[in-house]
Amino acid sequence: MRTLFDHPSREAVGGLFPACDVPAVDPARALGAENVRPTAPRIPNVSEGEVARHYTALGRLNYGVESGIYPLGSCTMKYNPKVNEDVARLPGFALAHPRADEALSQGTLTLLADLTELLRRIAGMAAATLQPVAGAHGELLGMFLFKKHFEESGEPHRKRILLPDSAHGTNPASAAVAGFSVTEIRSNEQGMVDLDALKAELDETVAGVMLTVPNTLGIFEENILEVTRAIHDAGGLAYFDGANLNSFIGRARPGDMGADVFHFNLHKTLSTPHGGGGPGAGAVAVSAPLVEYLPVPWIVKDRGSARLDWDHPKSVGSVHSFHGNVLVAVRAYAYLVQLGDEGLRAVSENAVLNANYLQERLKKTYPLPYDRLCKHEFVLSGTGLPDHLSALDVAKRLIDYGVHPPTIYFPLIVPEALMIEPTETEGRASLDRFAEILERIAREAHESPELLHNAPVQAPVRRLDQTQAARNPVLTYPFGET
Amino acid sequence: MAYPATYRYTKEHEWLRIDGKQARIGITEHAQAELGDVVFVELPAVGATVKKGGQLGTVESVKAVSDVFAPVSGKLLQVNSALESAPEMVNQDPHGEGWIAVIEMSDPGETKELLDAAAYQALIA
Amino acid sequence: MRYLANAEADRREMLAAIGRTDIEELFSDIPPDVLARFVPMGLEGKSEQEVVDALAQLASKNTCVERLSLLGGGIYDHYVPRIVGHMLGRSEFYTAYTPYQPEISQGTLTAMFEFQTLVCELTGMEIANASMYDGATALAEAVLMADRIGKRRRVAVAANLLPSLRRVVQTYAWAAGIELVEIPYDASGRCAWTETPGDVSGLVIQSPNAFGVLESFAGAKAKLGDALLIVVTYPIALGLVASPGSFGADIVVAEGQCLGLPMGFGGPLLGLFATKKEHLRQLPGRVAGRTVDVEGRVGYTMAAQTREQHIRRERATSNICTNSALCALAATVYLASVGADGLRQVAELNLAKAHYLADGIRKLRGMSLAFSGPFFNEFVVRMEEPAEAVRERLAAAGFLVESAAELEALGLENALRLAVTERRTRAELDRALAALGGKR
Repeated sequence: MRTLFDHPSREAVGGLFPACDVPAVDPARALGAENVRPTAPRIPNVSEGEVARHYTALGRLNYGVESGIYPLGSCTMKYNPKVNEDVARLPGFALAHPRADEALSQGTLTLLADLTELLRRIAGMAAATLQPVAGAHGELLGMFLFKKHFEESGEPHRKRILLPDSAHGTNPASAAVAGFSVTEIRSNEQGMVDLDALKAELDETVAGVMLTVPNTLGIFEENILEVTRAIHDAGGLAYFDGANLNSFIGRARPGDMGADVFHFNLHKTLSTPHGGGGPGAGAVAVSAPLVEYLPVPWIVKDRGSARLDWDHPKSVGSVHSFHGNVLVAVRAYAYLVQLGDEGLRAVSENAVLNANYLQERLKKTYPLPYDRLCKHEFVLSGTGLPDHLSALDVAKRLIDYGVHPPTIYFPLIVPEALMIEPTETEGRASLDRFAEILERIAREAHESPELLHNAPVQAPVRRLDQTQAARNPVLTYPFGET
Repeated sequence: MAYPATYRYTKEHEWLRIDGKQARIGITEHAQAELGDVVFVELPAVGATVKKGGQLGTVESVKAVSDVFAPVSGKLLQVNSALESAPEMVNQDPHGEGWIAVIEMSDPGETKELLDAAAYQALIA
Repeated sequence: MRYLANAEADRREMLAAIGRTDIEELFSDIPPDVLARFVPMGLEGKSEQEVVDALAQLASKNTCVERLSLLGGGIYDHYVPRIVGHMLGRSEFYTAYTPYQPEISQGTLTAMFEFQTLVCELTGMEIANASMYDGATALAEAVLMADRIGKRRRVAVAANLLPSLRRVVQTYAWAAGIELVEIPYDASGRCAWTETPGDVSGLVIQSPNAFGVLESFAGAKAKLGDALLIVVTYPIALGLVASPGSFGADIVVAEGQCLGLPMGFGGPLLGLFATKKEHLRQLPGRVAGRTVDVEGRVGYTMAAQTREQHIRRERATSNICTNSALCALAATVYLASVGADGLRQVAELNLAKAHYLADGIRKLRGMSLAFSGPFFNEFVVRMEEPAEAVRERLAAAGFLVESAAELEALGLENALRLAVTERRTRAELDRALAALGGKR
């Protein structure tokens, strides 16, 4: 792959910035000679056309949501509406400085206050904040809120977070960053939290539980009310990871299930793009006892105008420089306003219908360890394939058919996991085609396994040497070595 | 791959070569095969004391991290610093050049609980 | 709903294929009590046309964008070359997920590798990650990382750190049980790092700092011993200013908004994070590495993943997963477009224009610069009259200036912070000087 640094550098390109219209300043005199950079960074000077060509070439090596089905489980790779992109680029939103006066920033402040309220209602909880900028950031804020709550209630010894063994890795990591220890709770045979195992752990050292609802198997915790009641009875709090909200948005609310903290992934459920790994947004909603700990500043609306409210002495502080990923919030707001309640209901309806339709068909070809009604996603297993073939080989072969693979090797409780989430924006024809390809790959596994072992061959690169990359990491361009 | 009859083994897939009060420790052929290409070995500090069951170090492959637990209590006499630049020795010669540490045992009686080669091979069969 | 591809007939047949008759059966696993309590958000849907009009109406209420910005404090009104938005608008970049399947993510991965290289080139460091959320969380992660290495449960922080960064560091440090020790600043506006106690895991210095003053680092690393020197820098300044790496910094972080991102009322932003090779295993966040495929072709993949939450879980170096990948791409395209010489030119323009305004202010009666230390494109003006009166004159002349509240909280009375970027013309600066001088 040719990089920017492989382009020959010409003399200064110029033309982007105007000539200096004030007296030039000698850097050594203004800054002190010791503060002046002795050599320029090695960034080539290239023409705009070359830059455009280089990044267009890189873009073509990527697979995006518009390239085809993108069935990554727990990632909700739905179509990202164009109108969202356009409204986020309106100069009024894009060019606003966060330190401008509130009176001059009413457009953004009003939108943020209104979106906060809409998310609060979707969650069915007491209050919400837009400050966290990613799901894991929302989890971290949630753990900060737990910590603050138990400090204020005189129970700082509550230091333990319970997690199901199907939890996403960010859950234990977020708990640990906030100073909690983690205890894993096994799942039962139906793929749900084992209520007895959970109750056995509940004591005065437990701060709370982190659950993903529905869980990472795509299964709704049928005894969710018993789980949250048990944790509350034991004096603990319930954190809900909202990665899978797409499966019940518009028809059920985490607040009604007993959640104390719930995080949204605006980049999953509310259609904002993933950006190749970010920026996302991880708004958080909380139950009444946690409201006073929410991060400052709050964005509030009174008498028609919106303002920043810093006066919350019990707040955990701030988790972002300013107000979170505002331009992502603009996109999510546009989406909600366009869909309305009816649209949201259609989202979960179609997401769940699509997943169950695919599950029903594919379980005839691949093992389905937890065979029951699923929500927006389900997890097949790549076990039982001949010739030592693995889920990874199936995934790589999908690439040869021009299809993005599902999430693999997660959740950890399913061996050789293939975690499939079609989302509501896929149509039946696309689902059928995806299923046909997976069925064909299963046949190939028996008839010509080398097709899977060698895959992909129809991609910009074939399988990469991960071992080499890990043993001898090359993390920057090797200037002068190539 | 042979499991030396003179070695002792743990259910956590470590081997010990015991020489008087000294025990040389590594991970088994089976463990390295399960892990795949080893890319990094985190070694303990020489001189530290470890308790049986405590963490001795970690062995990392591209996509997994595996703890190495101390199979016996004692003081760390040596660590295999060659693994810092050549972690692949754990794959190539797990029972020899890929050793991890040498412990001076404080309670040699702990070795009674270890498995012999036959018992270990039965475990992984 | 126009984003759904299934026709009603499709839905009926799909339902039949899974042996159901009513769509509501698909939700029969949700407790009836929960379903019964549901209340909708109370919003009727709108057409795309109406959405565009409604959002344009809201955007028009942000009248701040009609003013000439003299705002800074971490976010700056820099010119963004038009090509940046066009490259970011390619859906293969902006709609893709994290590159877990490298064979079909070489675009994102190559750009990550370029970004890491650019961050190292600017900061003078050996390795960089593929981005953090923003400068503040990058700094908070740096403090956590320094204490993972130093383990002293105390980290020193310069008192002249921007409050927008300090607030976040405080929150993270509180949760982690790390005590923050404040290091005062001197009359030049610079951190008195010689006062750093010996029992800290690291020292955080920002340069240019909250007053816009460039810090003096010579000797700081030697004074710290084995405590880590953490420097918060300003990437545009690095077109001219010596890199933190050249002063021995152990960790360098920055807010990268200045590199081609719209201000967006403060988000999304871009956290830069760079360090030394020896600390790779303590580095938070995602990293791309160069390798080869089975045919020997060069390709890129995520590297050193065993540090990360999806493998190491509660023992990961950070909980971060989603980062600011698309913002990092913006910074990459920005730097590719301006090149080394363009970056120097922007830095020179900022330096010259800020000094032009500052020189003019020095000549005004009743006004002076608050600090004697050198500055790049931002500085604090002290005045004999109430700051708010001066701010009102500037506002009346069409300028955006931050209220004095933040500086007051830092102990400065009757003072305003002004930033000048390449976007301001001499004529505009002359108007600002006239307003500052009392002419309405």
